[in-house]
This record gives sequence, structure tokens and C-alpha cells, in this order.
Amino acid sequence: MSSAATMERSKSTTRGGKQKVTAETLAAKQRDISVSEFFAKNRHLLGFDNPRKALLTTVKEAVDNSLDACEEAGVLPDITVVIEDLYVDPASEKTGKGKKAAATEAGAAGGKPGKRPPSSRYRVTIVDNGPGIVRKQVENIFGRLLYGSKFHRLKMSRGQQGIGISAAGMYGLITTGRPMVIHTRPAANKPAHHIELAMNTKTNRAEVTVDDETEDFPPARMRSLAPRDVAVLDSADYPTGTSVSIELEGRYQRGRGSVDEFLELTAIANPHAKITFIPPLKSLGDVEDDGQLGLDAAKGAKGASGDAAAGETAAAAPTGPMITTEVAGITIFPRAVNELPPETQEIQPHPKGIELGILLQMLKDQPAGVSLFKVLQESFSRVSPASASAICRAIGVTTRTRADEIDHALAEKLFRELQEAKLPPPPTDCLAPIGVRQMLAGMLKGVRAEFYAASSRTAAVYRGRPFQIEAALAFGGDLPGDEPGRVIRFANRVPLLFQQSACSSFKAVTETSWKNYNLSHPRGALPVGPLVIMIHMASVWVPFTSESKEAIADYDEIRKEMKLALMECGRKLGTYLRKRQKMRREAERRDIFERYIGEIAQAINAINGTDAKKLYEALLEQARERTAVADQVLDDEGKVVKDEPSDDDGVIIVEQAARRIPGLDDGPPVGELSAAEAAALKVHALANAEDDESAAKGSKRSSKKTGKKGAKKSGGAGAAGGSSGKPGKAGPSAAAAKSPPQPEPKKPKPRMRVTGGGLVPVDEKSLFE
Amino acid sequence: MAKKTSKKVAAKAGGSKSAAAGGARGGTSAKVKERDAATMKKLTGLADRIAKSALSGVEPKVAIPSRTRSNTIWNKKRGILEMGDAAQERQLFNLNQAKQFMQTMLHTSTIKDLIDAGKTSSLRGVFYKAKHTVAGTKENTFDTQDESDPILEDLEVSLGALREELHIFAENRGAMVGNITLTDKGDDIDCRRMGSGGYAIPSIVEPDVIQFKKCEAKFVLHVEKGTVWNRFNEDRFWEENNCILTHGAGQPPRGVRRLLQRFNQELKLPIICLLDCDPWGHYIYSVIKQGSISLAYESTRLAIPEAKFLGIRAKDYVDCQLPDAVKIDLSDNDVKRAREIMAYPWFEGHKGWKREIDRMLSNGFKMEVESLITKDISYVTETYVPERLAARDWLD
Repeated sequence: MSSAATMERSKSTTRGGKQKVTAETLAAKQRDISVSEFFAKNRHLLGFDNPRKALLTTVKEAVDNSLDACEEAGVLPDITVVIEDLYVDPASEKTGKGKKAAATEAGAAGGKPGKRPPSSRYRVTIVDNGPGIVRKQVENIFGRLLYGSKFHRLKMSRGQQGIGISAAGMYGLITTGRPMVIHTRPAANKPAHHIELAMNTKTNRAEVTVDDETEDFPPARMRSLAPRDVAVLDSADYPTGTSVSIELEGRYQRGRGSVDEFLELTAIANPHAKITFIPPLKSLGDVEDDGQLGLDAAKGAKGASGDAAAGETAAAAPTGPMITTEVAGITIFPRAVNELPPETQEIQPHPKGIELGILLQMLKDQPAGVSLFKVLQESFSRVSPASASAICRAIGVTTRTRADEIDHALAEKLFRELQEAKLPPPPTDCLAPIGVRQMLAGMLKGVRAEFYAASSRTAAVYRGRPFQIEAALAFGGDLPGDEPGRVIRFANRVPLLFQQSACSSFKAVTETSWKNYNLSHPRGALPVGPLVIMIHMASVWVPFTSESKEAIADYDEIRKEMKLALMECGRKLGTYLRKRQKMRREAERRDIFERYIGEIAQAINAINGTDAKKLYEALLEQARERTAVADQVLDDEGKVVKDEPSDDDGVIIVEQAARRIPGLDDGPPVGELSAAEAAALKVHALANAEDDESAAKGSKRSSKKTGKKGAKKSGGAGAAGGSSGKPGKAGPSAAAAKSPPQPEPKKPKPRMRVTGGGLVPVDEKSLFE
Repeated sequence: MAKKTSKKVAAKAGGSKSAAAGGARGGTSAKVKERDAATMKKLTGLADRIAKSALSGVEPKVAIPSRTRSNTIWNKKRGILEMGDAAQERQLFNLNQAKQFMQTMLHTSTIKDLIDAGKTSSLRGVFYKAKHTVAGTKENTFDTQDESDPILEDLEVSLGALREELHIFAENRGAMVGNITLTDKGDDIDCRRMGSGGYAIPSIVEPDVIQFKKCEAKFVLHVEKGTVWNRFNEDRFWEENNCILTHGAGQPPRGVRRLLQRFNQELKLPIICLLDCDPWGHYIYSVIKQGSISLAYESTRLAIPEAKFLGIRAKDYVDCQLPDAVKIDLSDNDVKRAREIMAYPWFEGHKGWKREIDRMLSNGFKMEVESLITKDISYVTETYVPERLAARDWLD
């Protein structure tokens, strides 16, 4: 391809000069193309097709690197993403201030978006608490394309080729001419390195412009970008680590395929990471206004998600379910589980997936004198001495036959034998699946639903590479009910945001028969309902359809595993839905009975003078007995019911109080149905005996939606959950997360019934007056 | 439309005037009291049973004899339909029956109020009396009268009490004219002097309301609907042929059927029916003759096994040389209905009827009484009916 391009170029020049083309003249123009030059021209291959995606790709590459680095160093990741809007209104530019000042100014000017161009300048900074980078490697890592630790091994990791972050830096350099700024502190007790470097695309080497040492890590300037009272980037959390800043032309816009979505999904797939996101703030004025609210919300968050929101003890054990919070525009994805993913191992290829040509090459590459028997055991995974000798026997050689004695015909025989041999699947310690519990924690954190299920398949193989599929489902709650479900896709914990319909996982979702699980499912499309479907593929080598890593290639083995995982989740959901339907039916049934009992009692009283009140109570008693199933929901003080689906592993059910179950006896009073905030959670799958702290929480989604109101509400609910112990209302939020609810004195509560979609208290007395 | 009539009647029926009049003229007051006491006993009996089972923790139920085809027995000997013993239980704690159960109780109580007050009410009046919003909801106890009427019929059967015993009446339907004088609530009615509209037949025509005084008529001609009846009345057919002329506005209501039955039983008048030649007309005849499925329990009071079917006959198209224009094609539904009717046990063994329906089916069309107008405007009154009567050419 590259030589073709060169040819093209030389042809056009020669034609212009009308010279005779000879092999020699051509040869004079033929030269090496640097990888960086190639990618600078073809940046769309790396995900820099448009300004919005460029911004996302930059964040994505940096975050992926940070997570990989932290995990390899055995540190629980704590990552802060900052996007600064450097747009300068032409009008205010005339006042001519320094660059830094312009940056702050830019915020103020950006308040009037009138004639803002479709793309403008942003500065993206990602700070992590990873191991840092030794000084001499900085140029190589950030200033060269195709330089990395991950390409030459069969091991699961996020990055693979070593293009990402340097390409982002290169893109920044091309579009803004500004170098990358790197702060890195590889040792806690030594000063950090401060390096600014620009890539020379011709040589694929970095040119360092600034190189000094500083104690300013994490950079104090970043802290100042967050509103007061929101503590971010505490240096105690970042004893070591790296901070990368890239200035680039981009566009910040929320929605599908945005930085926000990427971080949200990353947080789901990486529940062990804490991610803080400081988006471009509209203007300083707005920030001031929000400050007051932010204070409110922050206080609420303190009661609610505890230290996590305050960011003080990021390493402390997270307790109970963690929920994403948004405080004064800053989104905090807290850490939901405390263990790092297991360390993954490099593996040898599995015999089942090998191709003949590669087998031949492997045999050829063996040092002289090594026996085939030994090669089979050492160059492949899962070949035991017993199976190795069985294979040797099968192709008619002895265990002492040397590898270089195997000719082509024998190799073909060997190849067939390997395909048919009974071998265990490849080792799974090369894979780090997210895990059922972690997926549930991640979903619970980011998705407001009432039912969560997750399942993890055992590892399988495609083309000799082990992979493992995991799926999770969130259903109900605040999710929109009449739209097609949302599919969130991950490969090695990295969210895939584009080309959904080209992805194997999407096909697996549409091919699963969701109708079996009580969901509506148009043919060939996504199931419809309040549904989020998560699919994760972990593999030593994820087969992407293109270099920009956006969709998983459609291998039958992969799709089959995906469908099996989805079906497992679907079965759990189906069980839950059927049960819920039954409870709802019973509750409705009771409601109907109760509605008429008063009328009947009065009618009979009018005929024969039987005491109406007594009659009413007797009939009510009967109605209750007959609809006892409904009580499973109604009697539980916490309004939290753990249903018992047949296999309840990997299931979390959050009962969101009265709204959904009509005829609720002890529902909260009508006006206070902001159940989202008050809803207690029971996370039996996450039951963590060490800590009994209550965990109420504000919701990222609801506060986003309701704006100021939402923030206030979540504050209030948090406070209620923390201190004032109103029995039966705030109580459950504390109790439900852990131990069974304390027996509380039964307080008579107004009986409720559903009328025209709303709950109306039943005035029993007026019936008999 | 129905409302207006019933209200008027209700106003007339109610009030102290009628009670006083009843006492003075009919001398039935003691009888009425006795009857009301008996009804009341049934009502309270029902309420007591419900209350007792409720208080003792047993599911409250009302047994309602089922008014279905399967529970209708053809009494061949008496020539009428009778209701069988099958009953359905109406339960409170059954989702499909809870509301009806409540409605049944409400109507029981409404009827009790009516009897207590010594007043009667129209079906619509009862519907309105029991209609209200269920406490604490936006739901009405009854939404339409269509919900209320069947509940009252249920009560009639399950209590074993007639509609008038429950102080309920339906709107007037059907009219009468002819050589007879009768007394209605003490007022003399001369049916010879009824002008063009005729005497509106009330829904309750029991002997304590209507007494026959002077009857010269030799038979009753019952026609299907008002338009045909007008033709006969305008031509003074009843005068010429010395008869009583009635119509039932389609399917005759209980009042008309009961009155016809009384003419037949008490005055020994033959009942001759002139109905359309279609399954609907045949079914009307069947109802007059044997009783209906839904009112099988009242057949002894309503059915007239001697009733005769004069026409229109399937053969009339040829016999009367009617033009093609009078044919109305039988629809698929008509054919289906005709076969159903033919299969009723009370038609099944009847050769004449089998031939009649077969002929209609082979004709492939139906005819209305009005089709005879194509011959001459008064052909039906001056030629058709008198000739058939003289020839005694009818089905029975």
C-alpha cells in the first residue's frame, strides 16, 4: 500500500515535468515512509476522523494507558480526566493576554455560543496514580508510534499496538502546534519530571522542548479548575503517577459517542477504578451560581456516598453499593469493588486454533535436536505429556522424533491430529474477566434500574485464542421503557462506542429470542423495553473489524458464546419478570376486591342492618388472605424485596418503592415519591460483612435530568438517610443494605389505592359516616 | 328517548295517588302488601346469607341460575322452554365477578328501598339510583345501563321473584288496537277508540294492573313492527275482521308477550302472527310460542304454544307472484342462524317448519311483510291475510 502511494506521487511529478521516466529516476524518489507520516496522513484510521471523535479518542487512549499501567503495577486506579475549553472569542482576543489567561478568559467568552465554530481548541489532561514512567522512556512512550510493551505477547490488555497516546499527541501537534505536556513521578519521594515534547513525524522521534523537575504533582493548576468545595486530585492519592496534557482541535458535545459516555461505560466495566471527570465548565459565572448548589449536593454526597465523593480516602474500602454522582458539573465514578482484576499470564497458542502455515513455521523455528514430543508440550498450551505422546503415536512417530524431521506431509497429519485431539480448553489465567460480582457493581453504579443480572461464561477458543464472554442485564427503574434496549459493548474492558451494527455482540443480541423472557422483540432488531445489555469480551487478542477498534469481528464461536451468556441473563430476567407480574397481578386483584368491599358492606347494612364496619373488616381479612402473594412486596418494611429466581447468583433487585406496585399498603405519602433518592438498595450479591455503614445515594441520572431540583433532592435524601431516623422511611435505606431490617413498632399508615395513575389515601372512616 | 317515557310512567305510577286509587278501585292493596312482604323476605334472606358467610370467614357467593342455552330445557309435553337447575356462583373473590357481585348487592339494596317506599322504578331509574362513584376512587359502580339490566334479571332468577314483584318495569313498547275494552290501573280503556297510535302496551300487564272487560274479538293478529301495524290500523282491519291487532316493535317485550298469553289463556283467542320471512321473524315466532332462552324461567307466563305463523311464507314469492325486487339476499349470517333455528329441539321435529326453512334457504332470499305492498298498497290487509285466514293456511 505504501509503495503504491509512492508510485502515485512520483508519477504525477514526472508527468508535470515531462521527463522520461526510467527505473533510475523512480528509484531516486523511492524512500522509506515513517509510520508517523503515514498515520499523520491517515489519521481517520486511528479514530481522529472528526473533531468530536478526536477529543474522545484522545481521552480514550490516555485512559486506557492509565488503567493498564495501574493494573500492571498493582495499584487501584484513580484517574482524573480534565477537559478545558480554550476557545477564545475573536472579540476578546483583542485584549491580548497571555495564553494561560486566555484559557480562563475563554471560559467566560464561551458562555455566548453564538458564532462558535464547529471545532475549537481544547486541552485534555489525564492524571493517574499509576507507577509513573522512568525519565528515559518518556520520549519513546509519548513521542513514537508503534512503540510499546504489549504488541509482542499473547496476553490480555487494553492497548495492543502502541499507537494510541502518541498518535493523540501527534494529532494535537498537527492541529494546534502545541507540544504534549507530561508530568510523571515514578518514585513517591522524588520530584516529578516535567517534560514537554513534540513528535517529529519525519523521524518518528520526540523532540523535547522543556525538561525539568518539579514538586508540583499532580499539577495544582488542575485542582483550581474544579469548583471550590469539590476536592479533586488530592496529592495524597497520587504518590506516583503520570499526567498528560494534550492541546487539540476538537468538539465537546454530550450524547452518544461522547467522552461522557465513554467514561460512564469505562466505569461500568472497571468497577475497581475511580474516575473523576471535570468537563469544560460553561463560564465562571455559572460556576459561581452552581457553587451554592454544589455545596448542597456535596454535603448530601458526604452522607450518601461517603468518602468516595469527597475523594479523601480513595484507597479505603468502598462500602455498600456505590453510585455515580455528579457534583457541580463534576462527575465522579466511585470505586465499587476493591480488588484489582487478577494478574493475567502470557500464554502459548492452543493447538486447536493454530493454522497449518504457522505450525510449519513453528516447527522450523525450533532449535536443532529438540523432539516433537517436547515441542508439543512447550510451545503449545494444554498439551500434557500423555496427549503429546498420543499425538506422536497417532502420526506414526516416536516421542524421540526430532521436530526438524517432520516433513510437510507429516505436518499436515499432525495438524489434523491436533484439531481432533481431546485437549482441555486453553488456560484462562491469561484472561481477566470482569466477574459477575464486579459487573453487577459496575452496572449498579452507572445504570438506574430495578433488576440486574450478570453471567460469565467459561473460556472458549476462536482460532486458538482463548476468550471469555460475559454479559449483564439491567432492567426497569429509570430506564426508558418504550425504546429499543441499549447495548453496551466492551472488549478487554474498553467500551466500544461506534459501529454497533457491525459488531458480533449486536448480532448476538438480535439473535437471542428475548420473547422467551417476556420482552417484546421485533424481528431482527433489538429487544424493546427498559433494558441495558452489557457484553464483554475478554481475550488475549480481540478480533476487531478495523484498526480503530470499534467492532468485534463476527466469529461463530464468539457469537455463540455471547448468545449463551445473554440467554443465561435472559433466563434470570424472565424469572424475575414473571414473578413481578404475578405480584403485580395479585396486588391489583386485592385492590379490586378492596375497592368493592366497602360498597358491599354498606349495601348489606342497608338491607338487613348488619354492622357495616364489622362486615367490612371481615371481608377485608378474606381479601388479604386470598391475595397473600402480593404481601411479599407489601409487608417488607424496606420496600426492598429480594426475589428468589431459581438461580439467584448474579442477580440484584432494587425495588423502587410504591410507584410500581399498586395497592401498596405502607407506601410513602403521595407527595414524597422521589423514590429514586430514597430507594433502599439490597445488594445481596455484594453483601460485605465488614462494614455496616448506610449507603444512600444521589443519582447521577436524576440529578442530571432535574438539574437544580434534583441536586437538592439528593441532598435532602442523603441527609435523611444519614441522621434522622424516621422509622419505615429512612430506616430501610440503612438496614436494607445489610442486615435484616430491625423490627420496628408498626405504625398505622394511611392505606393507599391507585386511582387514575396516582396513589390516593383511602379514607376508611368516611365510608361509614 | 327511553328515559323520557319511563320517567313519565314512573311519575304516574308513583305517588300517593296511585296507592289510594289502588285501594279504592282494585281492592288489591292487601294482596300487594302480602306480595311485597314475601319479596322482602327473599331480599333479606340473600343479605343474611352473605353477611353470615363473610363474618364466619367463608367466601361470599350468590347462586345465579344460568340463563344459557345449555340450561334451557325443551318441555315437549307443555310445548314451552323451561329453565334447568344449573346455576352459576357469583363470587366476590373472583376478579371477573367481583364487580358484578358488588353490583348485585347494590341492586338488592336499591330494590329494598323501592319496596320500602312502595314505589316502582324503570330499569333506567334503578340504574341511576345505584350508580355512584366507588368511595375513594374514580370508578363508577355502573357505567352503562347495559351493565345494570342483566344484574336485575340475575336477581329475578336468583330470588325467584318477578320483575313487578321487585317494583321494576321496562319502558313501554308495542301497541294494541281492537275490539276490546280493558281496565288499566282502574282506568277504562276502549281499544276501539285509539286513533292512529293505538294503546301503548305497558311492561306490566298482570291481572292486578289490567283486567279485561268486554271483548268481541275472535282472534289476535300480532304483526312484527309498527309500520305494518299502521297499515292494518289505517285500513281498519280489526273492525272488518273483528280482531285485536298488536305489534311488538321487533322482538316483543315481556309486556306484549304476557298480554298475548293472557288473551290466549283467559279469552281463548287464537294468536296469529304475521312476521317477516327471515330467521329473525322465525325466531320471534319461536319466542312467542315457546318462550326465550334468557327468560326461560318465565315461560309459563309468557309462552303461547298455540300461536300460529301466518306469514310471510317462503312460498309466497311464487304464490303471490311477487316481483324480483322484493328479494333480499340471505347473508352468511342469516344462513347460519336459520340452520341454528332448525336445529332447536322445538323446531327439529316439526316437518312443516323444516320445509319452510329449507324452502327459504333454497330460495336464497328473505322477504319482509312490506314486500306485499309491491302488489297493492292494501294487498296485505284486503287480500293476503283474509285469504290465508279463510284457508287456515298457517304453520303452528
